[in-house]
Amino acid sequence: MNTQEATYKYALRLGDSALVLGHRLSELCSKGPILEEDLALTNISLDMIGRTQALLKYACELEMQGKTEDDLAYRRSENHYYNYLMTEQPNGDFAHTIARQLFISVFEYLFYTELEKSKDATLAAIATKTLKEIKYHMQHSVEWTIRLGDGTAESHKRMQTAINDLWMYTGEFFEMDHLDMFLLHQHIAVDTHPLKAKWQDYIKTALTEATLIMPIDSYMQTGSKKGIHSENLGHILSEMQYLQRAYPDAKW
Amino acid sequence: MVTSNYSSEEVYDLIAGIPDPEIPVITIKDLGILRGVTLVDDTYVVTITPTYTACPAMGMIEDQIKEILSAHHIPKVKVELTYEPAWTTDWLTQEAKLKLKNYGIAPPSHSSCSKLFTVADKVICPRCNSTHTELISRFGSTACKALYKCDDCKETFDYFKCH
Repeated sequence: MNTQEATYKYALRLGDSALVLGHRLSELCSKGPILEEDLALTNISLDMIGRTQALLKYACELEMQGKTEDDLAYRRSENHYYNYLMTEQPNGDFAHTIARQLFISVFEYLFYTELEKSKDATLAAIATKTLKEIKYHMQHSVEWTIRLGDGTAESHKRMQTAINDLWMYTGEFFEMDHLDMFLLHQHIAVDTHPLKAKWQDYIKTALTEATLIMPIDSYMQTGSKKGIHSENLGHILSEMQYLQRAYPDAKW
Repeated sequence: MVTSNYSSEEVYDLIAGIPDPEIPVITIKDLGILRGVTLVDDTYVVTITPTYTACPAMGMIEDQIKEILSAHHIPKVKVELTYEPAWTTDWLTQEAKLKLKNYGIAPPSHSSCSKLFTVADKVICPRCNSTHTELISRFGSTACKALYKCDDCKETFDYFKCH
């Protein structure tokens, strides 16, 4: 594996996480709990799709097979997708949507802050661009976590349940496999190990203010870096890829 | 070739006045979306940058650039999208900010925000100039705007977010 091939895979992984979360959030379009949240969640979804477009386009350039970002999005099966398992978890109730957003947006804030320093100029530029948007996502999810956690007995209970349910998908954020290490040595990839303590600090601060209990690490789900997913991804792709599968090469 | 009749600067001027599809009172030049035009061999390369990564107006802007230039018999045009340097509201000119205000959109109150966990600074109502305004939603009708209301004139209005 050379640097170009590794960077292709790296861009693909990041793009996949943005794409799958973007799709999940888009499922809430016209189904948000209130009008303002409908706008917020679909705006965040749009930011995710924009980031996907930038990353998958770059992946295509590195792959040099003449593909487009649409080919990568619509013509791969689930075992060729590398998004974090967290991103494919169902929207559930609003507490689950917010807990997922909280965990991911805080991680992304820390991650893209580091990726901004990448020696790969394209990844660094995408990081700078997307970071401005991530700050809004993070602010949004932290505020809602506090509002629901420190809200009514019902909202508190639901928020705590969501935090507990999704905790086992947070371990993946900080995994480093051989590809990450290979690119880290070349100052292209981000070292996620040192991000864990920072991430826990941010989460703990938010959860404490929300009067919620931070779960203790136990069994953590893993697999996405190898293309191993939960059942959810197949269902997401069957909907997302329907048009290209039913009408190959269809154009807008 | 006909293309040699135009300098890059002239091509820039031809397209600078294209209105933003979502906020038609300001142009792509005012907004800082149009980054430049260069002549590479016989092709004019127009560089544009999105306000937000997923700005849905980019496709339409690209089409309009091509349409205007083809009307001036400039056939070889390439529109390139760049993310670097990242777009910022700092690029909005004072004139553009005034145009936004007159259109009913509160312009960004200061230079780009890098702070976390802060409620946006004082936003002035574009209708009555009151500073008694309140955030309704951080996310508005387009990616670049937030929704506010004025406690004096009671109108809701869009705020062009610092970015």
